[in-house]
Amino acid sequence: MSRDVLVVLETKGAGWHRMSFEALAAGQKLAADLGAACSAAVVGEGAAIAPLAAELATKKLAAVFAVGDALLSQYAADGWVAALAQLIAETQPKYVVFPHTYQVRDFAPALATRMGEVLIGDVTAIQVADAQSEPVFVRQWMQGKLNAEYRHGDAGGVCFVSVQAGSFRADAVVDGASEVKTFAPTLEAGAIRTKPGEAFREATQTVDLSTAPVIVSVGRGIGEQENLKLVEDLAAALGGEIAASRPICDAGWLPMERQVGSSGQTVAPKLYLAVGISGAIQHLVGMKGAKTVIAINKDADAPIFEVADIGVVGDLFEIVPALTKAIRAQGTA
Amino acid sequence: MKVVVAVKQVPERDAVVRVAADGRGVDERDVAWTMNEPDAYALEEALQLKERAGAAGLGEGEVVVLCAGPARVQSTLREALAKGADRAVHVVTPEAGEGSLAGRDSLDVARLLADAVKAENADLVLTGLQSDDLGAGQTGVVMAELLGVPHATLVLQVELVDGGGDTPTIRVKRELEDGWMQQVEMPLPALLTIQSGGNRLRYATLMGIKRARQKEMREVQAVAAGRRVDEVVKVSIPARVKQTEMLTGSADEIAAKLVERLRFEVKVL
Repeated sequence: MSRDVLVVLETKGAGWHRMSFEALAAGQKLAADLGAACSAAVVGEGAAIAPLAAELATKKLAAVFAVGDALLSQYAADGWVAALAQLIAETQPKYVVFPHTYQVRDFAPALATRMGEVLIGDVTAIQVADAQSEPVFVRQWMQGKLNAEYRHGDAGGVCFVSVQAGSFRADAVVDGASEVKTFAPTLEAGAIRTKPGEAFREATQTVDLSTAPVIVSVGRGIGEQENLKLVEDLAAALGGEIAASRPICDAGWLPMERQVGSSGQTVAPKLYLAVGISGAIQHLVGMKGAKTVIAINKDADAPIFEVADIGVVGDLFEIVPALTKAIRAQGTA
Repeated sequence: MKVVVAVKQVPERDAVVRVAADGRGVDERDVAWTMNEPDAYALEEALQLKERAGAAGLGEGEVVVLCAGPARVQSTLREALAKGADRAVHVVTPEAGEGSLAGRDSLDVARLLADAVKAENADLVLTGLQSDDLGAGQTGVVMAELLGVPHATLVLQVELVDGGGDTPTIRVKRELEDGWMQQVEMPLPALLTIQSGGNRLRYATLMGIKRARQKEMREVQAVAAGRRVDEVVKVSIPARVKQTEMLTGSADEIAAKLVERLRFEVKVL
């Protein structure tokens, strides 16, 4: 059996999802390490994906598959699973690589299941010892506290992998020339059981954290809503915006628009001061771009310390008021 | 309407996590366990659906909570019963080794749960979008495929719609990336994975805890494990990629050191 790689890219509007080329870089590297060929696929309505497929043909790929059908004009899991299962059966790749997007999380596990396989999802690294050995895929367990190395055990089947945002560099994609092949899946309208509506936003965002130079962000460690005042005082003393990890907004302690992370805002301030935030990956992807990260947390093993420039292991209820006081004293000095 | 909620028992977030002696799993000794938080939101949605249907005169309805694992998971099932689930199904697996949850891959774990769901003939199956321990985020979608029912992921709200036809239909609000949302409609039976934050979680009342003791908890023996498709070859503590300068001292000493950095290095003061 071949050891070839197929990368399934994701579109967004008329262009690419930003993680698509990270997955392509991962797929190209995996294929190169294995001495195998890498192909890419884009799924959608035929005319809509034609220019995207043409763009892929300028990359170093064995083939570009334009998987087109009118029933694929809008994403629905049933359509994607059926179309990709047919493409995979026809082209027989050993490895199928996806970006770990919300959309991939919605259909790729079903696709793998239909083929009697599993998805090794949200992979942060792919290690290939040599072209003869099986690749090792690294995923995070326990909110990033552990790394687990996975290997695809069944030599015969297809190995499905999705790669985490920011784990591979989109600018590492190698240019080249390849041919676009149109692939027409056999789809039935009746087999697409969900009726998707158009995307919408709930309310206009009034807080734009993306341009804030100083952000003080609060997580579960704050314990009670009443304690938020401590962090609000610190943010005020620093002249910064207050933000939070998802659980704080879920609890309704701060509005959703102040949430930083994969389901909230992406920020890149000069200073990101994380108070009582453990640093689950969903949060880290939203603030990795900060110039300086200071973290205060009682748990020395919290993943937030992996990305912090300055760390304090201790009781935020002692440290935060002391810091606010010290900053205020600066103003009066 | 009959709703099955599949929940998982996971280590508490603050748990100190150690690698197991064989280097291929988590050392579960001394771990304190809790209900996976996204699953708690799935349970909440199920309870509210039942309450709304009851208020609208659409019949009694039933919420069945389902969990696979060793004897310890019964505490999580009891918690769900105390919050208002009507009965519980415990799929019993060994503590460790062959046939345990850790010994099965994501497909096999979903199969365990799907088999138990099949026997219930539920209108709707809910589960959290992912678990806080392994974070695969697949169990719900794989179950839907195994059950042959449509699904939606990252769901915040569920409503029954009267389509006028014979097939009852639901409309869900699901989360897309970057703050975007989408409505999706599908016929029942269906499976939804629930995102956190769609509802406020309720606490178990004293009365609820008392009542839970009288509620049915049925044990089902898990089927033998299938052959794993993937294998976990090594588990380790991640190596630090960034040099983090750790500040120590009293609160006032740390505050002084931080102010120093904020003034002269970060330059925000």
